[in-house]
Amino acid sequence: MTTSSGSLLITGARLADGTRTDLYISNGVLADQASAPAGVERIDADGLLALPGLVDLHTHLRQPGREDAETVASGTAAAARGGYTCVHAMANTDPVTDTAEAAEYVQALGERDGHCQVRVVGAVTKGLGGAGLAELGLMAASSAGIRVFSDDGRCVDDSLVMRRALTYVKSFDGVIAQHSQDPRLAGPGACCHESEYSGRLGLPGWPSQAESVIVARDVQLAELTGSRLHVCHVSTAESVDVVRWAKARGIRVTAEVTPHHLLLDTPLVSNFDTTFKVNPPLRTAEHLEAVREGLADGTIDIVGTDHAPHARQDKDHPFDVALPGMLGLEQALAVVVDVMVNTGRMDWPTLVERMSAAPARIGRVVGQGRPLVVGEPANLVLVDPSARGVVDGAASASRARNNPYHGRDLPDPVVATIWKGGVTYRR
Amino acid sequence: MADPASDTPTSGISPRVVVDGPELARSLARMAHQILEANRGADDLVLLGIPTRGVFLARRLAALIADIEGRPVRIGELDITMYRDDLRANPTRSVGRTAIPGRIDDAVVVLVDDVLFSGRTITAAIDALRDLGRPRAVRLAVLVDRGHRELPIAADHVGRTIQTAADERVQVRLSELDGDDAVTIGRTGGKR
Amino acid sequence: MRHLLSASDLDLASATSILDVAEEMQQVQSRPVKKLPALRGRTVVNIFFEDSTRTRTSFEIAGKWLSADTINVSAKGSSVSKGESLRDTMLTLDAMGVDAFVIRHPSSGAAHQVAGWVQAKVINAGDGQHEHPTQALLDAYSMRHHFRSIGSDGFAGKKIAIVGDLLHSRVVRSNVLLQRTLGGRVVLVAPPTLLPTGVETWGCPVTGDFDAALAEADIVMMLRVQRERMAGGFFPSEREYAEGYGLTEARLAAMKPGAAICHPGPMNRGVEISSAAADAANSLVLDQVAAGVAVRMSVLYHLLGSDEGAKQ
Repeated sequence: MTTSSGSLLITGARLADGTRTDLYISNGVLADQASAPAGVERIDADGLLALPGLVDLHTHLRQPGREDAETVASGTAAAARGGYTCVHAMANTDPVTDTAEAAEYVQALGERDGHCQVRVVGAVTKGLGGAGLAELGLMAASSAGIRVFSDDGRCVDDSLVMRRALTYVKSFDGVIAQHSQDPRLAGPGACCHESEYSGRLGLPGWPSQAESVIVARDVQLAELTGSRLHVCHVSTAESVDVVRWAKARGIRVTAEVTPHHLLLDTPLVSNFDTTFKVNPPLRTAEHLEAVREGLADGTIDIVGTDHAPHARQDKDHPFDVALPGMLGLEQALAVVVDVMVNTGRMDWPTLVERMSAAPARIGRVVGQGRPLVVGEPANLVLVDPSARGVVDGAASASRARNNPYHGRDLPDPVVATIWKGGVTYRR
Repeated sequence: MADPASDTPTSGISPRVVVDGPELARSLARMAHQILEANRGADDLVLLGIPTRGVFLARRLAALIADIEGRPVRIGELDITMYRDDLRANPTRSVGRTAIPGRIDDAVVVLVDDVLFSGRTITAAIDALRDLGRPRAVRLAVLVDRGHRELPIAADHVGRTIQTAADERVQVRLSELDGDDAVTIGRTGGKR
Repeated sequence: MRHLLSASDLDLASATSILDVAEEMQQVQSRPVKKLPALRGRTVVNIFFEDSTRTRTSFEIAGKWLSADTINVSAKGSSVSKGESLRDTMLTLDAMGVDAFVIRHPSSGAAHQVAGWVQAKVINAGDGQHEHPTQALLDAYSMRHHFRSIGSDGFAGKKIAIVGDLLHSRVVRSNVLLQRTLGGRVVLVAPPTLLPTGVETWGCPVTGDFDAALAEADIVMMLRVQRERMAGGFFPSEREYAEGYGLTEARLAAMKPGAAICHPGPMNRGVEISSAAADAANSLVLDQVAAGVAVRMSVLYHLLGSDEGAKQ
């Protein structure tokens, strides 16, 4: 839980733009450090960066329904370790979050147990069935204040339903976040990027076009309706091209990429290790290059973790049957630093935009992704840009252990995470 | 039936020839006569050579017997790899050829091998024969008996009895395989 | 050898050793006492998550003729629906002290996954659409016999045409890998909808022209076309398939002198193979079946004859 201490003075930190500064936190906001009392608790941030707390638009907290895999408490603890001060809990829980009551239940859980802010995502269709719209308006008007709607896990593949949903959420500034997967081109068994790998391994293929045809359809529906569309976990070059085209036309589309689609590629499934089974699947080099470029140039607006914890027994099945998904909250920043910042593709201010400011904007989250100036809420993360280490999956705060980075040498950037002025994680 | 001629233990660095080509030929000729004498002829006789060199020795004995009797004698090969008692303790062994000429029920099978040492090879051969039929009798003909038995096995027909130290290496060379005929004893190698 | 999961696990020496020992094993079939003591005291569990009377019986006989204690477990239906994960199912059996599992499963990669979980050795008897290494071995054994019988020993330079539903076939994947090791030259023949993605990276020529490939083939291996594939939209009808890709009587007559026919079975007479071809003098189909036991005995021997490679 947060230790909402009274005051905290962080000294010698550098902001993303390089400015060296001290940060004084009092009563949950950034305050004028002149008013800092003499014996105030200090953190020496010499050599560290102070960034706005990260905001994840795509998290699976599994509660209610699969508390054996993850709970709001454990998932947000993992988020805090990863430098996150806000996550969006996806709706594919059990029961599905498709009513105001269900939404308020998750909201309350977040307030009671969360180690970061929990925003609730509402389902687009009832029970994620893809047919009838869920009570989108009631969910938006509830105390959960839902603005992001998603059937993630499933694709809203019926074009008419998608059109209606986009139109409907316009009135309350909602956004439909789509899991783009054409169910005929990539059916329920599809589990490996359709490529020489799926051919050789005998695994049902998941062609890149199964994603991009939906993205192409959806951006045109977004244009037709004038509504906001968010494309979850873009994984293919084709989808990046479609989004780029759509943005050039002024269509209100935003896109996200996961850390694993930035770093991990198809050959990793050659041993049939279900840790690397994910939906959409890990792609080949040319797709990794395309999404990296897209994230760098802003075609892809944000990094979304798609943190998908699974109980051991759900992964200990044959590859085509095992549940897809991998952990992501704790190593997200490390991966993005490694792939994008350390290679010079992105600078720190852009990282802040992609991992904090833009996700908060898309989710219409007040008080998150804000610049670190006096008067703003004290949601920040202290980052050591040069620390590295070998990832130990067993040391995770998550209940689950399906961590694809286990054993990998990666940056280890998160030193401390502060939410509403309280330290939620300290290395 | 053992040959009374014997040699004292040797010590030396490189293998020494203790039986040369002509001596080897004489031993085989005597063994052929002994086999026929013990069996009162070549009726019902089946010579089975144990790979690798037992096979060549069996062929030579068969030729000698055929010369003496004026008619061919049945001859075959019996690979005993699958019946070895040390199969598990060693890396996977490749398997040699087994070719049994017809049925061996009621036949007199003479197993032929080059060197008799611990007796385990012959024990395995007897186990193998059990799964192939029921011979009337099983006899053993070896070119060299070097002692150090670990099982109660005795040869019926022996070319040479040679006293050896357990860690000496006795090798039979045959021209079909090795270029010349000889029996050598060397220092290295321990058990065969 | 620790496991036999893929045909690519075998180098030339190991593959040749398996084929050579299989020759000796085949003799056991004609002995009065069909027994060799080599695997006495070893326990082999055949766990089949997918029906297969032929392969399972073949492995059962192979184990028993080598004096191993062979147990058949039919786990069809023991899947996610029953709640027990594959790993738990296998670990439970493994804990009983099994020396080797022979596993067939409808999911690609299952044998590899199991090999990572258990102490016992694992033989892949067919995993989904991925591999079937013992089938490739017995195919090679039958081909070798045939080549020797026509006085043309050796795989080097021999053209082996594999025809049919390559997309869904584990037999073709294992055969391509094994023949690469043995030196045979595989040619793949299939309609475009039945080609695996990336087949052009497999190192073999790929063609839709069966007749051209047929004219040069020393071995014509016909793969089964499942009727469900017609339903799945891969091919319009059986007769159109047979016309383009079936081993018809006309094609039988057009085969090279000395060429032979293989089929992993079971055959769909009249679809991928005409009755005339199935029963032709140069059909090795029954030889393949007989070879199955001997080759599987040889594989079991190579895996379990020695303690080498066993986990302590």
